[in-house]
Amino acid sequence: MLARRFGARWVLRGVSLALRSGEAAGLVGDNGSGKSTLLRLLCTLIRPNAGSATIFGADVVKSADRVRELVGFLSPVPGVYDDLTARENVRFAATMLGRPAAQADAALERVGLVHVASERVRGFSSGMLRRLSLARLLVQAPRLILLDEPYNNFDAQGIELVNAVIRETVARGGSALVVVHDVGLAALVVARWFGLRDGKIEPLAGAPTRGVAPAGAPAGAFASSGAVH
Amino acid sequence: MAFRDEWARARAVAWKDLTTERRSKAGFNSVAALAVTILVLFGFALGPDAEAARAAAPGALWLSALFAGVLAFNRSYQVELDGGALEPLLLYPGARRSLFAGKLMANFVFVALLMAIVIVVSLVLFHVAVPAAWPTLLFVVLLGTVGLVTLGTFYAAMASRSRAREVLLPLLLFPMLVPVLLAAMQATKAILDGDIMHEAGAWISLLVAFDLIFLIATFFTFDYVIEA
Repeated sequence: MLARRFGARWVLRGVSLALRSGEAAGLVGDNGSGKSTLLRLLCTLIRPNAGSATIFGADVVKSADRVRELVGFLSPVPGVYDDLTARENVRFAATMLGRPAAQADAALERVGLVHVASERVRGFSSGMLRRLSLARLLVQAPRLILLDEPYNNFDAQGIELVNAVIRETVARGGSALVVVHDVGLAALVVARWFGLRDGKIEPLAGAPTRGVAPAGAPAGAFASSGAVH
Repeated sequence: MAFRDEWARARAVAWKDLTTERRSKAGFNSVAALAVTILVLFGFALGPDAEAARAAAPGALWLSALFAGVLAFNRSYQVELDGGALEPLLLYPGARRSLFAGKLMANFVFVALLMAIVIVVSLVLFHVAVPAAWPTLLFVVLLGTVGLVTLGTFYAAMASRSRAREVLLPLLLFPMLVPVLLAAMQATKAILDGDIMHEAGAWISLLVAFDLIFLIATFFTFDYVIEA
């Protein structure tokens, strides 16, 4: 049961969730329900006030560095450097991740930004900036991808690109947790839906799914236990 | 993570910071303008008395570097915060000290360039002749810059997580910099005066000691200050 508060307000008050390897799950909830907080906890950006979570066996607090190797986070904020070119931004990410520069160039081609690779990103549209963020995720190729409103600012091609990244991650035995407001777009790839309300998580029945959760897959892409004290 | 990987990451951060700075130009120009303005104001305040100006030169030099440096240190993390780039930076695996090392290298280059301008302006404005022991003076400037940049980069990281970062940084930094600035000013003054009393060596030893202590302490504690 993972818990987190900001000041006196408990945003998450006992979240318990297990995600299987090779599975994509979706998470919905009202504004301020704690969806983004949960993702930020799982990718080690913030620490829980109570409880614990493990990502493929690595504890998000005790083995944060190992978790960072396993997890990729696509934030709604692009997090790129305006005065660097698209290629420089992705190559910088590749260096920080210990990946070869060729991987950065391939990622740029995949997200359709190769024709503007030498341009500074200051003049990029919000959709292009999102593609650049996605390129960074492609370079990392993590086992668990956490996507916070991944379809924002994307055109139809971009939406399909996001879904392709989810499918590929799941196909290689990884997992994905997708936070959305509208289940429609992610329904093409998500196998199970959860809802977050009043700081607690529960399965969401009746939401459309297309993705397939593998039968008998090893348990626990992440699991949490503990208690709010 | 191997040292080679950490070094590659540190170099990447330094390259990224310096490239961003070189292309935007706004940061260095405004910081250099502030440093020169401070020196000019000191010059006006001291008046036409050349002897008084010469005596005040070491203090004016290091104080202008301090005030201008604070702007530079704040800016080095502002670049990350503006575009939301701090979070991806913190999510890269590997030791956080490589981020610190990268920021430290970039800030060192930035402040060293600033010091070159400050020294030239100080020599002209305060009627100071280039001393015979100018290599020693450069060594003192190097040591003082290392101390200033080490603490500035460290405390700017700490302040970057606060909304009141512009106010917080000087409050945290200035008291900690007192020993470095005191030693740097006294060593500079001794060298400009011809080091008749042979006191520069003692102040330089003190500067080396402070630099080593601060470098080691900041590298070992950076992980804790950059955490949310």
